[in-house]
Order: sequence, then C-alpha cells, then structure tokens
Amino acid sequence: MAPKTIIDKIWEQHKVHGEEGKPDLIYIDLHLIHEVTSPQAFEGLRLNGRKVRRPDLTYATMDHNVPTADKNKINDKIAHKQMATLEKNCQEFGIELADIHHPDQGIVHVIGPELGLTQPGKTIVCGDSHTSTHGAFGALAFGIGTSEVEHVLATQTLWQSKPKTMEVKVNGKLAPGVAAKDLILAVIEKFGIGVGTGYVMEYTGEAIRSLSMEERMTVCNMSIEAGAKAGLISPDDVTISYLKGRRHVPSGEAFDQVAARWQSLASDEGASYDKTIEIDASEIEPQVTWGTNPSMGSSINGNVPYPDQFESQSERESIQRALDYMGLEPGTPINEIEVDYVFIGSCTNSRLSDLRAAAEIVKGKTVHSGVTAIVVPGSQTVKLLAEQEGLNTIFINAGFEWRESGCSMCLAMNEDIVPPGKRCASTSNRNFEGRQGNGSRTHLVSPAMAAGAAIEGKFTDVRNFQAALA
Amino acid sequence: MEPIKQFSGTVCPLDRSNVDTDQIIPKQFLKRIERTGFGQFLFYHWRLDEEGKENEAFVLNKKQYKDASILVAGNNFGCGSSREHAPWALLDYGFRVVIAPSFADIFYNNCLKNGILPISLSEEQVGELLHTAEGKQTELFVDLEQQKVTNNNGFSAEFQIDPYWKQMLLNGWDEISLTLTLDEQITKFEKSAMVKG
Repeated sequence: MAPKTIIDKIWEQHKVHGEEGKPDLIYIDLHLIHEVTSPQAFEGLRLNGRKVRRPDLTYATMDHNVPTADKNKINDKIAHKQMATLEKNCQEFGIELADIHHPDQGIVHVIGPELGLTQPGKTIVCGDSHTSTHGAFGALAFGIGTSEVEHVLATQTLWQSKPKTMEVKVNGKLAPGVAAKDLILAVIEKFGIGVGTGYVMEYTGEAIRSLSMEERMTVCNMSIEAGAKAGLISPDDVTISYLKGRRHVPSGEAFDQVAARWQSLASDEGASYDKTIEIDASEIEPQVTWGTNPSMGSSINGNVPYPDQFESQSERESIQRALDYMGLEPGTPINEIEVDYVFIGSCTNSRLSDLRAAAEIVKGKTVHSGVTAIVVPGSQTVKLLAEQEGLNTIFINAGFEWRESGCSMCLAMNEDIVPPGKRCASTSNRNFEGRQGNGSRTHLVSPAMAAGAAIEGKFTDVRNFQAALA
Repeated sequence: MEPIKQFSGTVCPLDRSNVDTDQIIPKQFLKRIERTGFGQFLFYHWRLDEEGKENEAFVLNKKQYKDASILVAGNNFGCGSSREHAPWALLDYGFRVVIAPSFADIFYNNCLKNGILPISLSEEQVGELLHTAEGKQTELFVDLEQQKVTNNNGFSAEFQIDPYWKQMLLNGWDEISLTLTLDEQITKFEKSAMVKG
C-alpha cells in the first residue's frame, strides 16, 4: 500500500458520502460550541423545526465575552444575553455546557484537550478559527462559520473538499530560552500569512517531536495565522501519555487498544505532501511582532524595518500603514520599544506550562511602573493547578492581576481592553488593527517574553533573565 | 439564501491586501444574536472616525462608490477570525460579489453559505479592475452560469468555482435540507464507525 499522511487517513475514515464533482460529506466526531458564534445557528434549527443530531458529540462553554475580574459581575447586558441564550439553547437541545460558574469552564481550545475530549484521529470543529489547536493531538480540527455550525448541529456532517497537504518540517532543535511561540511566529514571519491557504499543515521534524503537548498546541493554534485550514502533528508517545487518565479517555485495557490505534494514525514513512516547507529551529531567536499581522515580526535583537527594504509598492504601502498604526519609526531597535500593557493568556498561551514559564521570569521582581499586567488562565482547571503551586502569589506579589479564565484581552470582547494608542505585549495570536481595543497596538510574544517586558517596561531578550537564574 | 445567476453592479475598489475579518466587522459588534443588521458596522473603524463621523478618505464613503455592490480587493481577503458576521455585514451593506486574487478559506466558505459570490481572479486582472475603478463609477457584469466577469471597456475574465457550490448559489438551495436527504447514509456510517460520545 502506498504510504499515507495522517490527513489522508483521517479523511478516509470520515467520508460518509462522495461523488465525482462534489465535495465529500465528512462526519464530525466532536463539535465544540461557545456563546458568540452559535446563537444564530440554534435559531436556524428552531425556525426549521430541526433537532441536534448528536448532542452527545457536542460540548459547549462560555469563553469569548465572559468577565475575568469577577464572574458574578456581568456588566455588559448584551454579553449577558448571549450567555443566557447559550444556556437556554443547551438546555433545549440537551447539550452539556460548562457555564461561567462550572469548574470545567475555560477557553474552548484549552478545555477540549484538558477533558480528553480532544483525541487523535477525530474530526473536530468549532465556530472559531483557532480550532486548529486540537491538531496538536493528531486530530483534523478546523474553524467553521455559523452556517456550518448549524449544519453540523443538524446533520453531524460537513461538505468539504479534500484540502491539499503541506509538510512544515522543523529541523534541528530549539535553542535554550526559545519557546514554541517563537517557533511558530518565526515560521509565519518567514513564509507569510497566506502560505497555508487551501492546505492542512502537518508539522514534522526533530524540533516538533521534542515539544510537549502544550507546546504543540501553541504551534498548531497559530496555523490559521499562516492561512492554513488546519495544522496537525502525528501522535506519538508524548500524545498518548498526555491523554492517559483524562476524563473522556477510555481506561484500562480499552486505553491500550485505543492508544495502539492512535499510534497507527501517524503519517507513514515516505508519505508525500502537495508542498513542503522547511525551517531550521536552531536559528530561531525569541520573536516580537512589530506590525499589524502576525508575519510582521522580528527577532528580539532586530529592528523595525524600513518600508524601502521591500520590493513591491503595495508591500511598502502596507508596511508604512502598519508602522503608522503602531506608532513606530523605522530602524528602532525592537528591544527599545516600551510597553504599557502586558497580557498573558489566550488559547495560544494560557496553559499551566505557559504560566510557569512566565512566573519563572517574574519571581521576586516587580512589574515596571506604569505597566498594567494581567494573567488570565485558560481555564478554571489551569487556574486551580497554578494556585496549588503558588504561581498566583508570584504574579500578584510582582504586581500582576490574577484573573478568572476566558478569552479576555486577546480579542477584547469583554471589559479587558487596551486603550487607544497604548502598546501591549501579548501572548495571544493576532496583532490586527484594533484587535485588543480600538486603536490598541499589539506585539505578539511568548509568555516568558511578555513577563520580561512587564518587568523591564520594554521588550528584552528573556535569555538574559534566564541566564541570571541558571 | 437568495439565488445569484447574473449580477451587475458598481465596483468599489479596496486596494488593500490581507484585509482581516476584524476590520470587516470589529468584535464589539459580535454580540447580537440575529443574522441581520450588521451592515451598519461594516469596516467600522475605517469608515467612521472616533466621533462616529464618516471618514471621507475611506473608499466606501466616496460618492461614486455609495451604491457599490461588487467589492474588489487585494489578496488573502477575509483572513483571521471565522466570524460569519463578516459576510453578514457585507451582504447587509449591499455587497453580493467580492473579487480578489485570493481569499482566506473560512471566509470563502462563509460567503458561499450566504449567497455572496467570492470570485478569485489573477493579480493582474484584479489590478486592472482596481485601476479602472479608481476615482470613478464603473460597472461590472458577473455571469455565474458562464463563470465570467466582463465590463463595457472590453474587460473579460473567466473564473473557477466548485460545481457543487455553483449549483447551490444558482438555485439558492438550503444545504441542510439537501444533506438530510442522505440521512440513512449518515446513520449507516454512525453504526459502522460506532461513533461514541
């Protein structure tokens, strides 16, 4: 048999129906739902008298617009209505919901893996583009629009044309002090935000194999920022040991059976991809974005570029527009850019290991005067575990705010907003104009780099901190 | 959704690449629970200044483009967030066709589900359309059946579209109803694959 990629294998196992000249009808194993992109889908079901086909394969939480300062104070009436609507919809259609007061509540892409709902070989969708996060487990996971949410609710399937496959080969090893976030930012900086359009990316290579599950989630999470439909990593022992013992994962003998099946999903030796791109991990340095899309980035030791450096007129214009928006002069060293806000959180970097990495830098130090710094754990479980090991105390003693779980300042749909003209070092995934608040200026970084910026009041090579600790 | 077969309309040239869905509709407007009424928020922070007054320099506010129903833009249009509020806002504002060299995948799909026709043309062709429409009112004719875009000045370009989606758009079909005709097959699949909750 010809060698196959994991993408081919999952596709074949989920094809319900296929005809010449039509997309395939693909079965969906797990549908995750949140309050912002689902109300219109449920309304559509009601208008047509339809049911949810598989409530047992559907799981809901509230994350996008929940308050993080005090769960009991929902000041935004429209946000409150959206949450109440989700609650009502879940009740009416029999869907399990981790609401704002539930111990399992959290960012949908943090809790799926945490609960063991996310598993290798599954097809997973959610009305959120960062659904690619779940690909870290060797699942085919992608974001969908609300019409598709309605389609999945009603039929548990989606019409999909088989995407092209791309191998993203990350050779060598990451240097000490360089994070998974730096890796994925470097990939996007090198290949651009459109490189993955029409493709599912599979990350391979030595550097990827050495990543923990949480680091793999950070990498897969930002696949959409490279334009890819999904990003995934073939399962291995790291995947299996992460999943063992989780609530929705079988136990005992059944686990051994399922684990063997998961391992067999990995891409076969010699499988071919429609395209391959490569990067050397050992050359990657800590990254900071300076512009208004995730490819506009640099190493911490670089400078803000001059628009003249770019070839095409349209590129020069877009760089100039980005610099005007960001309030940055060409040639400015990245490590001289001062920050007003620091946000540690989001589906990219709000897991326990992210908080540990930031706490290690922060421990015994003080947030720079004039800087507002917040930590928003990805879920109630992450929050609890972090508190059990005292991370909250480290952050609070340094002058950080320690919040409840949610999407928070990543997209600023709740009250966690960066004011106009203010500059934020953020561990999130998008630095688009106005993303963290109208007129806000976002610089994407790793948790350790964000922590360093909070202490110094400007971007700094976090490896210097780490060297001092060693 | 409303079928779309042949369509003619005024072009609005938005000469920017990588227009993300956060720009098409900013997040503060995603809290509604209806599908309608999003047009007023389209390109909100580009269209309006901080006091809510129209920004005259922005292309949608220029009088020659006020009634535009065909948006022409740079590559990777609709990147970023999966929010379907972006096509809802475009549609509600009056756009039925978007032309660009390339589209982000989720946005492209979201357009198809709402009766907006996304057309991918070459960089040169899009460049020509942007150039022709610069500063003046120009019309374009779109024929989905023939997969062709033309104007009165001799511009003519063919475009590709998946035959399945073409049929859906031409007929304005409800996709869920069509899928439910395969109900038996889905049930059979569930039994054979033993899909577990």
